Amino acid sequence: MNEKQLLSVDGLSVTFSRRGRDPVEAVSEVSFTIAEGEHVGIVGESGSGKSVTAMALMGLLPERGTTVEGSATYREQDLLSMSRRQLNQIRGSEIAMVFQDPMSSLNPVVTIGTQISEVIRRHHRVSSKEAANRSAEMLDRVGIPDPRRRLREYPHQLSGGIRQRVLIAIALACEPRLLIADEPTTALDVTIQAQILNELKELVADTGTSLIMITHDLGVIAGLCDRVHVMYSGRIVESARRYQLFTTPRHPYTGGLLQSVPRLDSPQDEPLRPIEGSPTDTIPWTDGCAFQPRCPHAIDQCLEATPHLEPYEDRMLRCFNPLKGDEDDKRDR
Amino acid sequence: MLRFIVVRLTQLIPTLFGLSVLLFAWVRALPGDPARALLGDRATPEAIERINDTYGFDEPLIQQYGMYLSALFHGDFGESIKKHEPVLSAFFDKLPATVELSVVALLFAVVVGIPLGYLAGKRSGTNVDGGIVTLSLLGSVVPVFFLALLLKYVFSIELEFFDSVGRQDARLDAAHTTGFYIFDGIINGQFAAAFDAFKHLVLPGLALGTIPLAVVVRQTRGAVAEVINEDYVRTARAKGLRSTTITVRHVMRNALLPVVTTLGLQLGLLFSGAVLTETVFALDGVGQYLYQAIRDRDYPVLQGFILLIALIYALITLIVDLSYGLIDPRVRES
Repeated sequence: MNEKQLLSVDGLSVTFSRRGRDPVEAVSEVSFTIAEGEHVGIVGESGSGKSVTAMALMGLLPERGTTVEGSATYREQDLLSMSRRQLNQIRGSEIAMVFQDPMSSLNPVVTIGTQISEVIRRHHRVSSKEAANRSAEMLDRVGIPDPRRRLREYPHQLSGGIRQRVLIAIALACEPRLLIADEPTTALDVTIQAQILNELKELVADTGTSLIMITHDLGVIAGLCDRVHVMYSGRIVESARRYQLFTTPRHPYTGGLLQSVPRLDSPQDEPLRPIEGSPTDTIPWTDGCAFQPRCPHAIDQCLEATPHLEPYEDRMLRCFNPLKGDEDDKRDR
Repeated sequence: MLRFIVVRLTQLIPTLFGLSVLLFAWVRALPGDPARALLGDRATPEAIERINDTYGFDEPLIQQYGMYLSALFHGDFGESIKKHEPVLSAFFDKLPATVELSVVALLFAVVVGIPLGYLAGKRSGTNVDGGIVTLSLLGSVVPVFFLALLLKYVFSIELEFFDSVGRQDARLDAAHTTGFYIFDGIINGQFAAAFDAFKHLVLPGLALGTIPLAVVVRQTRGAVAEVINEDYVRTARAKGLRSTTITVRHVMRNALLPVVTTLGLQLGLLFSGAVLTETVFALDGVGQYLYQAIRDRDYPVLQGFILLIALIYALITLIVDLSYGLIDPRVRES
């Protein structure tokens, strides 16, 4: 694989402030890199800051009341500090995004054809006819039958699965170097989910597109990503290559996530073990480890100091008392 | 589509019938009567008797209503007691002035209201938003006749920017082919006459337009504030589209859907609300004629005009409903 760096995020933090309320730090100290053609996963529960991270990179957060710090260097330019004009040259053409909810992410009163061709015409000098041809071609590539007819249709005439394919077609229309997919299959039926994921995988593999896959579902990551970042309460708590993460999770939160996923190879009578509590049972990172209230592995130190993301064995880890042993030990715990 | 229109038109019949009953009763419930209004306080009982006999006002009410209704079915709206002209032709004679006034008022509301509403919606919660909402509220609470008099005093009497009465300067001797003076001036090549007719409509249009303006501002503001947070607008931004494309194609095309409905309803209201404005500016339209008819207790005119206004209102509403299918593909399906 070509290991040339495409995007390097360094110390990203996002703070939301509203009048009369304390500012909320939704994301902080997030750093990661993605190489050309690499597929990176960001995993975490709702509210862990993974979507906010993606929105910040795309410049899609509301300007009012939002403070974004850090840098995101994309091909020697900082995405976070560039002008709206520069950003608009890159958004949609070099970096594209697929959103979570296909039902509401398409404009209900504009035809599918226009919604695809507008992004093509924005970034390439082509005639409307040429743009329509390319739109039809894109629909065909994402596996939508009879694309010519679909171009004239409106979103309400299409099923959720087809709409998500349309959104993928829009995102890939200008052959971006980087695709950010924010829970692209969460709103879909399970059978459609698998189809879409497979198609997405093939599409990005064919074009050599780098991918950031944001999900709460480790199953999605398993078949798709080279590297995984696990986020909790706005920070990355564990970063590892996929194999290492799945076989030997070191952060208790990662371990918890893995145990709450049903697996074909686990004994039939073994119940799934959900992580105790909910993401709201958290403490501020300044008071210790945010996961401490839910952590079965917590020690006194977890409330005394803030853990940092540090190299640990073959990965980066933010934990005072990591899980030990190999896969089998973890099972028995 | 055709079925829809037929159903809607059929539904109109009982509505108009009911209205005709109410109107008939209401005009007769007004204090005074046409004979006394026509002849004055010193009329002899004999003279009054004669008028009542001529117009059948001495017959039992049921019988009067029966006669009125059967005439209506033959398209006969009766004749004005005061002016001795057929009600129907008088209505169509006065209609163009009122239509012109309403259209100017509505244009004012749209041209000013939609951009203001957009700005307020986009900046919702800020001072800009607060200012615009306050201003539009202020516009809608000032009574139309008061605003009309104020505008007339300031801009036509003190500053002499505009003429204060009538539809057009009579000295222009303009040709009137259709009765729509602005339109007439344009098709007859008399552009000065068209402009003069427009100038006569500026102040009345402003006065009449403030209420629909306030409604349009608030409706647009609400719709924009909502649409701007929609996921599809975020998708549009992620495409790197220019902000004008996002505003026009993705925000406004959705935000204006509810505004269009409001506009249709407002046009109907303007039509009936033009009475005071026309009176203040002596515009020779439906409203002023109606105002005189109330003073004269001119029963046939009151009944006929209000019925016709109701009919036009209903037709406008129907057109608005039909146009909804054109702008919203989801409605077109069903």
